[in-house]
Amino acid sequence: MDTVTLTLKTPPTLYLEADNISPDVFAGKKASEIAELHVFEGREQFQLGKYFDVAGSAATTAADTRIVVKGDTTRVKYIGMKMSAGEILVEGDADMYTGAWMQGGSIRVNGNVDAFTGIGMTGGEITIKGNAGNYLGAAYRGDWRGMQGGTIRVLGNAGSDTGYFMNGGEIIIEGDADVHVGTHAEGGRIIIKGNGKSKIGGQMVQGEIIVFGTIDVMMPGFKYVEDVEMEVDGTNANFALYHGDLGERHPKKKGQIVYGKLYQKI
Amino acid sequence: MSEYLIKNGFVFDPVLGIKGDKVDVGIKDGKIVEASDVSSKAKKIDASGKTVMAAGVDVHAHVAGPKVNVGRNYRPEDKLFKGSPKSGMKRMEGGFSVPTTFRTGYNYARMGYGFVMEAAMPPLYARHVHEEIRDTPIIDEAALPVFGNNWFVLEYLKNGEVENTAAYIAWLLRMTRGFGVKNVNPGGTEAWGWGLNCPTIHDPVPYFDITPAQIIRGLIEANEFLGLPHCMHVHGNSLGEPGNYTVTLDTLKQAEGFSPKGSFGRDQVLHHTHLQFHSYGGDSYASKSFESKSKEIMDYVNSVDNITFDMGCVTLDETTTMTADGPFEHHLTELNHLKWANTDVELETAAGVVPYVYNPKTFIAGAQWAIGIELALYAKDMMKVFVTTDHPNAGPFTRYPRVIKWLMSRKAREDVLDNVLKYGDTVRDRCFIGEIDRELSLYEIAMMTRAGPAKALGLAHMFGSLKPGLEGDVVVYPFNPETDDDPEKIEQAFSNCSFLVKSGQLVIDKGEIVSNGTKRTLWVDAKVNENPQVMRDVEQKFLKYYSVNLGNYEVTGHHFVPNPYVIEVDATQ
Amino acid sequence: MTKVVPDVICPFCGTLCDDIEVEVSDDGKTIVDVYNACAIGAQKFMHAQAGDRVTRPRMQQPDGSYKEVSYDEAVEYTAQMLVNAKKPLMYGWSSTSCEAQGVGHEIAEKVGAIVDNTATVCHGSTLIAVQDVGIPSCTLGEIKNRADRIIFWGCNPTHAHPRHQSRYSIYPRGFFTNKGHKNRKMIVVDPRNTDTAKMADIHYQIEQGRDFELLSAFRVALRNEVLPDFVAGIPKEKIYEGAELMKSGRFGVIFFGMGVTQSLSKNHNIDNAIMLTKDLNEFTKFSIMAMRGHYNVTGSGQVLGWQFGFPFCVDLTRGFARYNPGETSSNDLLRRGEVDAVFVLGSDPGAHFPISSVKKIAELPSVAVDPHITPTTEVSKLHVPVAFVGIEVGGSCYRMDNVPIDARKVVDPPEGVLTDEEFLTRVNTRVGELMGVN
Repeated sequence: MDTVTLTLKTPPTLYLEADNISPDVFAGKKASEIAELHVFEGREQFQLGKYFDVAGSAATTAADTRIVVKGDTTRVKYIGMKMSAGEILVEGDADMYTGAWMQGGSIRVNGNVDAFTGIGMTGGEITIKGNAGNYLGAAYRGDWRGMQGGTIRVLGNAGSDTGYFMNGGEIIIEGDADVHVGTHAEGGRIIIKGNGKSKIGGQMVQGEIIVFGTIDVMMPGFKYVEDVEMEVDGTNANFALYHGDLGERHPKKKGQIVYGKLYQKI
Repeated sequence: MSEYLIKNGFVFDPVLGIKGDKVDVGIKDGKIVEASDVSSKAKKIDASGKTVMAAGVDVHAHVAGPKVNVGRNYRPEDKLFKGSPKSGMKRMEGGFSVPTTFRTGYNYARMGYGFVMEAAMPPLYARHVHEEIRDTPIIDEAALPVFGNNWFVLEYLKNGEVENTAAYIAWLLRMTRGFGVKNVNPGGTEAWGWGLNCPTIHDPVPYFDITPAQIIRGLIEANEFLGLPHCMHVHGNSLGEPGNYTVTLDTLKQAEGFSPKGSFGRDQVLHHTHLQFHSYGGDSYASKSFESKSKEIMDYVNSVDNITFDMGCVTLDETTTMTADGPFEHHLTELNHLKWANTDVELETAAGVVPYVYNPKTFIAGAQWAIGIELALYAKDMMKVFVTTDHPNAGPFTRYPRVIKWLMSRKAREDVLDNVLKYGDTVRDRCFIGEIDRELSLYEIAMMTRAGPAKALGLAHMFGSLKPGLEGDVVVYPFNPETDDDPEKIEQAFSNCSFLVKSGQLVIDKGEIVSNGTKRTLWVDAKVNENPQVMRDVEQKFLKYYSVNLGNYEVTGHHFVPNPYVIEVDATQ
Repeated sequence: MTKVVPDVICPFCGTLCDDIEVEVSDDGKTIVDVYNACAIGAQKFMHAQAGDRVTRPRMQQPDGSYKEVSYDEAVEYTAQMLVNAKKPLMYGWSSTSCEAQGVGHEIAEKVGAIVDNTATVCHGSTLIAVQDVGIPSCTLGEIKNRADRIIFWGCNPTHAHPRHQSRYSIYPRGFFTNKGHKNRKMIVVDPRNTDTAKMADIHYQIEQGRDFELLSAFRVALRNEVLPDFVAGIPKEKIYEGAELMKSGRFGVIFFGMGVTQSLSKNHNIDNAIMLTKDLNEFTKFSIMAMRGHYNVTGSGQVLGWQFGFPFCVDLTRGFARYNPGETSSNDLLRRGEVDAVFVLGSDPGAHFPISSVKKIAELPSVAVDPHITPTTEVSKLHVPVAFVGIEVGGSCYRMDNVPIDARKVVDPPEGVLTDEEFLTRVNTRVGELMGVN
């Protein structure tokens, strides 16, 4: 892989919209060309090179391109937007929309990410070492087609509205999750290794949510079915299975109603 | 005022009978003039190798008003990644199936259209319709208030009081600055006030006890009593239902025995809109049952001379349905489970909005596509059938050039059947499209998109032709009828005209929008004899049942209709 | 002798009563009395001509005091501020006319601003929910003429929309409801025993923060599924009973307010309420409506909608409209330090925003356009007084059910005081000059 290293030298006064930081955009370009790519601070357009030192060249394809982002990037939005292949490593924090509409490849953030990370994701892998903000792996406003595929893993905690309108893919939160997990989900799988709060699986049509820790308040539309033994993300354990959300519509497959499934570790 | 001379283009004008001859067109003081009547100071526009027509006329699109705005506000995803930045004198543009008002005006202009009829105006919301019309640049517009579920109309027609109905229509047109009589799902939308519907034209409306058939005939009578420019414009009952072609034939037959009155030159007393949605056979959407009834429908339409219709052609896009057919939209959301917005409007009407995906991988979308095209290709008189997509219901209006391509090219239709549709063979089986080899000419397209609609709206004295004296609305398309034979070229050319003169002003120059124009809002002021009874009924209903005061109902104020064009009708007896 | 101006529209709340009558002095200059309005509306008219009315712009001085400046100076400061900012916020818009809003949008397009209105701290949650699940609704006259099941969820109209129940929802005798409130059953859901709750046939005194769960429980009940013994502090028997009461009506409606839009779950509460309404349409006719607060917040949402495609939180910085509450919403922008200038017109964020946001407004270049001195004007660098829409200048407004009503002018504004539209038009011209665009 060919690596391009971006080191933040001038922090923005406001925020940077850096949707051009993506292996797809960098592919085929050398450092000087990458430095000329546009970023936006508010309504004004500047060059990437105004804010970042750029070292290295990209490969000819996105798949062979690796981007390392160094420095205090807490105020940089849209890193990895729409990328289809290749790798990005963010050593610090990243702001909103990290990996937005991602199609493939991988992003790793060693710090925290803000809201809308992995919004509209269809493929690829996102790993967050720190915490994730609200609307992780969610759908864009109004779209009933949320996350379609791919994997998001957060080693820390997640905010609210994880997996909103999820259709496919997998989200794993190793820490705790705030309210509204998998609301309106019609597919996909959300695993919370820590504790949940409330409003888990609300309005869920199909899909799976697995909680290892506590749930403060269960949604009234979830009905206990039975205990099952399962292997989940490398752990074998017993879980109580609930079907729901009984307040919502559910499709039929081969004459049987297909419910959303909520598992809580016993 | 500016003068223009459009030189050397291939002109298509069904009113003047010009079928592609090279004719120069002169524009002066906002009107078309003989080419010899422009001075040497006229700006010359070189239309060599290009097609010249009068600007387009759209008889039916949902482009301005409360339900359109619900469509915009509740579909952020319709705008995602689809905005165009503001440049020059243009305002920002956004949206695909429900464009913002600025994009609406610019996109119609890019397609060379000069006039668009807002298909349905709920009277209580008239001001909203007019604010959006005002904010739609370049194109002239008008709006049709809805009457088919209006409590005054239901009560008067139940008693056979045509003159009172006419007086009320005239009054409402003035209150709302409206253009004509729209009739949506007659009776059924009032039934929807209780969650019910009128599936056939003989099902009586709950409480009001009048049938859709009586409403349709009564509105035709009242419309002709007034001699309005346009005829009664109907969206028949049971839209979208398999087997509904029988209801449609019943609806069309209500026009029998009526002939047009008034001096605006139209031949028809009934215009059926988006006929595609009403031409279905079978009793389910499954391919073993569903079938096209376009032949049966067109056999009837071709046999009479007092009916016009527009296609409502499905374009195979993800789009947004929106209609005053409230019960239909509820039915649709039960089918596709997508977000449903509904508004019942006191004493007047209702509306519903639901997104819809005409997925080419499904049989039914392919069949719907086929039926719309079949209706047009089976028509005998192309002055009676108009290109529409019931925007945005069957597809966005920006697909009109694609519809034109399908009408003009069998190859383009075969391409859809073979390469776009998953069940093209089943569609060939259940519909007629595969066996039709007719290809329309540009002259016939000009009938369907200019001359015909203008005449049907009673506006042939203004639009639809390059006859001297008519409005200076002229478009030049980058399409050479002698040498261009690739169907894709048709779609490209009709999507992006080279030049557009609107009301004698150059608004598109070399493919670029250079002016926001000075659009006008057309409305019809019909004078009738004094009618104290209707006025008393109006006062009473406002006092007792409306939630606004009568004194606040009328659309007044310069900021709603800043540039009105009033068409006077004398219906006094 | 005085004269009475009829059919006046009250410019206070989303009920937008249009039957107000204002008695003015013979010379037409003074408001003498107001008829038919509620106490709040009457006060808006009567107080408009209070002696302490500010009539010229005021610029904040280094020592914190304010000095009078001319409108020309105010226009110059505002235009310079907007043009020099990288990302200005233009907020408010809810207490002015659609005409003024339109001019504001022209400015925002030129300077690449964020345009946001009071829905951002109010019914923005509703707007988001509608974007996710739609909304079956109707006009207020439909309620008057047909409705016999009225639910007030998380709102207290007796205090916040005082004439709502008498004009539309509980008392009127309509075409199919000729026994008025005797034909109707009222349900109130509120953690508090409010004056509205006291009049209800059933009051669900819900556990705070559990509206999402209770709404879900009603939907479970409609599907005849099993419920836990208690949901949100309400016993399941009462939930099944409520569901039956709703189903047994001919036409029901849910009205809702801040109790659900701004408590835990926010848009999800409204979402589930809308889905409950949709589910109820399987059994009978049901509608749902937001109790909008400001008299023209609905109008702001409409104008933003048809011009840009989104009802609030509209970001124009990249040359085309973008939208995502949480990012493009005023309080998130201020909290995160994402905007560098604040222009407020037709609302009072100084009173309604979290104090951390108000501090940001105080630190940034800021302009507040408001007839009165407010907490917002007192933290802004410039205060521009204007005429009252609906009293001193007319203008297009939209009621809570989206019905457009044209507000009237009753008296002239104080001498020399501009309207919003006039001030904005001057700013628009000056911004155009500074930026070299038309």
